[in-house]
Amino acid sequence: MPWDRNQMAERAAKELEDGMYVNLGIGIPTLVANYVGDKDITLQSENGMLGMGPFPFEGEEDPDLINAGKQTITELRRTSYFDSATSFGMIRGGKIAAAILGAMEVSEAGDLANWMIPGKLVKGMGGAMDLVAGVGRVIVVMDHTNKKGETKLLRECTLPLTGKGVVDLIITNLGVLEVGHKGLHILECAPDVSHDDIRAATEATIV
Amino acid sequence: MKKLYASADEALDGLLRDGMQIAAGGFGLCGIPELLIDAVVKSGVKDLTIASNNCGVDGFGLGKLLDTHQIKKMMSSYVGENDEFMRQYLSGELEIEFNPQGTLAERMRAGGAGIPGFYTKTGVGTVIADGKEHKEFRGETYILEEGIFADLSIVKAWKADETGNAVFRKTARNFNPPAAMCGRVCVMEVEEIVPTGSLDPDTIHLPGIYVHRLIQGEHEKRIEQRTVRAREEA
Repeated sequence: MPWDRNQMAERAAKELEDGMYVNLGIGIPTLVANYVGDKDITLQSENGMLGMGPFPFEGEEDPDLINAGKQTITELRRTSYFDSATSFGMIRGGKIAAAILGAMEVSEAGDLANWMIPGKLVKGMGGAMDLVAGVGRVIVVMDHTNKKGETKLLRECTLPLTGKGVVDLIITNLGVLEVGHKGLHILECAPDVSHDDIRAATEATIV
Repeated sequence: MKKLYASADEALDGLLRDGMQIAAGGFGLCGIPELLIDAVVKSGVKDLTIASNNCGVDGFGLGKLLDTHQIKKMMSSYVGENDEFMRQYLSGELEIEFNPQGTLAERMRAGGAGIPGFYTKTGVGTVIADGKEHKEFRGETYILEEGIFADLSIVKAWKADETGNAVFRKTARNFNPPAAMCGRVCVMEVEEIVPTGSLDPDTIHLPGIYVHRLIQGEHEKRIEQRTVRAREEA
C-alpha cells in the first residue's frame, strides 16, 4: 500500500529534530506540522514570521496574520515578526535547518523543478529558489508519478529548474530516496511496495 | 517639514508620471497600500513598472491597475491567483521579470541602502542566472543581482507618528520596509497617525527618514485564503 498524503507528511516529520527551525511549503508539506509531536520545532513562514501557529478558530482570523500560502494563521508565545529582507537573510544565510517542499520533477543529481510549466502555468517561484539555495537540508515530498502516471524522478529535469543539485531527500507515496553522488539510494519503501516497484516507477538512476 | 496629507490623491500629487518605476509593499493582499493603489488607478498614469512581490488579485490591490492596463512591466516573485495577470502576460500585453522572493526583497533593501549590486547563490543554475555575472566566493558560485532604485515607493504601515516613524503589525510588515527604503520618494498610508512622541523610540520598525508623505485612512484588509480550525480540536 503506497502512503497517502498524511502518511507522507508523517514520514517527513521524522526527519525533523529537536531545536530545528524549519520552513514548510504549500500542500503536503504543510501537513508535516501535524506530526512533529513533542519535538521542539519552530516553523518559519517566509513572509516574515518565526513561530507559526495553527489556523485560527472561526471568527478569530486576522488579515494581518497570514502564512506564505496566504492562509490565515495564529501566533505562538515564541513568535517573532520581521520584514521580507530579514526573512530571506536568515534563509540565504543558512540559519534555517531544513525546508520541506513539493516538486513537479526531481533529477538524480538533486535538481528540482517546481515553479513553472512553459506556456501553460506561469505562477512564479515565490521563495522556493531562495529556500533551496540557502537552507541546510532540502526535503521534497511529492507523489512518485504525475497525474498521467509518468515518473517525476528523472535523469534530467525537463522543466525550468528551481535549483541545481539542491535536493537531499525525496519522500514519495512509494518510499524514501536519498540523493547520492551517483544517483538515488532507496532508503525505505512504503508498506507492500518493493524496491522493484520503485525502480519501475523511476527513470532516474537508482544505485 | 510637513509630511501629513489629507488624502491619497493629494499625497501623490506631482509624483506620478508615465513610464515611472514604483516599488509597492505587501505580500499577497496582506499589508498592501490599498488607498494609494486606488489613487494611482484614478490618476490614469500609465506604462508603469512595478516592483512588488505579487500583483494583487482580480479586481483588488495591484490587480486594479491590470484591469486598467496601466502596468507595462511587473517585477515579482509570484503572480498566481490572478487570471487577468496570466491573460495579459500570455498575450504579450504585459512584461514580467520574475525575481526570487528573497532576491526581490534584497534588491529593494540594497537600493535603499545605496548598494548597486550584490552576489547571491539564489537562482544559480536556473533561468534567473541567464546573462548575469557569475563569481566564485569560497568555492561556491554566486550571481550578481542589482539594487532597485525606484522613482516612488507606496507602502502601508499600522501606525506612524507625524514625523513618519512607523510601526507595522504582524505579517503585514513583509515587503513594506524594503520597498519604502528603495524609493526616491516614499508615500505611506497608515491605519492611525499618532502624536509624535507617543511611540516608544525603541519599537520603531521604520524610521521616519524613509517616509516623505503620510496619510491615514480606512482599510478593507481583504483576506485571500480564510482558513480556520474547528473548536473541538482545541
